[in-house]
Amino acid sequence: MRDKIITAKEAAAMINDGSSVMVGGFMANGAPEGIMDALVEKDVKELTVICNDGGFGPAFDENGVEVKGPSGAGKLIKNHSVKKLIATHIGLNKQVAEQMNKGEMIVNLIPQGSLAEMVRAGGNGLGGVLTPTGVGTEIEDSELTLQKMTIADKDYLLMAPVKADFAVLGGTVVDKKGNVYYRGTTKNFQTLMATAADTVIVEAEKIVEVGELDPDMVMTPYIFVDYIVVGGDK
Amino acid sequence: MADVKQIIAHRVAQELQDGYVVNLGIGLPTLVANYVPEGIDISLQSENGIIGMAGVAKGADIDKDIVNSGGVNVNVYPGATFFDSAVSFGIIRGGHVDMTVLGALQVDQEGNIASHIIPGKMAPGMGGAMDLITGAKKVIVAMQHTQKGAPKLFEKISLPATGLKAVNMIVTEMGVIEITDKGFELRELAPGVTVEDIQAATAAPVHVTGEIKEMCMPEE
Repeated sequence: MRDKIITAKEAAAMINDGSSVMVGGFMANGAPEGIMDALVEKDVKELTVICNDGGFGPAFDENGVEVKGPSGAGKLIKNHSVKKLIATHIGLNKQVAEQMNKGEMIVNLIPQGSLAEMVRAGGNGLGGVLTPTGVGTEIEDSELTLQKMTIADKDYLLMAPVKADFAVLGGTVVDKKGNVYYRGTTKNFQTLMATAADTVIVEAEKIVEVGELDPDMVMTPYIFVDYIVVGGDK
Repeated sequence: MADVKQIIAHRVAQELQDGYVVNLGIGLPTLVANYVPEGIDISLQSENGIIGMAGVAKGADIDKDIVNSGGVNVNVYPGATFFDSAVSFGIIRGGHVDMTVLGALQVDQEGNIASHIIPGKMAPGMGGAMDLITGAKKVIVAMQHTQKGAPKLFEKISLPATGLKAVNMIVTEMGVIEITDKGFELRELAPGVTVEDIQAATAAPVHVTGEIKEMCMPEE
């Protein structure tokens, strides 16, 4: 069995300027924070990030002093590492709108259910997602909308499959083979993203020996996971 | 007298039926959960992957792995279930949510709704709103009737649409309006509000086609 365990620094070393990266987590719940930190330390730039949201931005006191750091994809955004963000919601991170309004970052907003299915389509060999969500809205003009179609008198949008060079995910329990269990609401986009990226790196809160994770508890099968970063309690 | 938001939330809660799967938007709609009628058992759905969500978790109840779609730690009821975003939006888009309650910037007489963007001013992203508006069986807009006196109900929305022909009912502090083929049809008026009052606060015809009931108020 190939040893899949690497450090967060080694994970960041693989991800170069201009890469496309899917980031697991939902409002940073389940996000691979150690890999985010390592990417910031490496000062990677020009990333295309695909994530449910922009994470949480830093919090400041009345004197403008940072009192709480960012979390999730918010770390990459604060470091100006992101050239393009494909997400569903950015309202809880002011830095996204700031960089977007300054023209420093392109933000491509997609309905959440569509994005989930588009990532799934990317990882499952589907040619697109046909959905009524977004008909009559600005989503019709999105670069990720392939075309508008009418089928049996009902209007649909054909949304493009989404893939990426990397997926960086956060697992609650990971065995050394790469099987992953995500607790509570940390499941979100993670397994979908694991199927849709060329290289998949999972940050494990807890790592266990092969055989210790009940096969019935595995949510992302090991074949999708290329590397494991041992994280810890986030 | 209860506050306006409580009045609206209380009235929306009267639409709940036993067994409903319900998604509540952030802000005023979350208050609906405080007024679930006795004997009615509903399941709250959260976009990030919960059925059976309870209230905000505090102190020792906080579990870092359990949050709502705003990233806030919440509790869940016994029998709750967690799932990934594909299942969550399968529930929403597949018509398995019986009712969704959300706020709006504008609603028009065809049931078109604008709720997610004011170009140049506010663009937080639609999150799950477009999916909910399109997929839920019943869409209720719960909001104050006007924005500081300016109407929010129109013949045609002018802000970018979040969904087309989607809204079924509007509940405000002034009354209850259903959207039908005729447009805005008045069903209920709050105590002390007249048809003329609600028409004056609405930038489209408000039709009176049947009996107008008095809107129920929360107990003091």
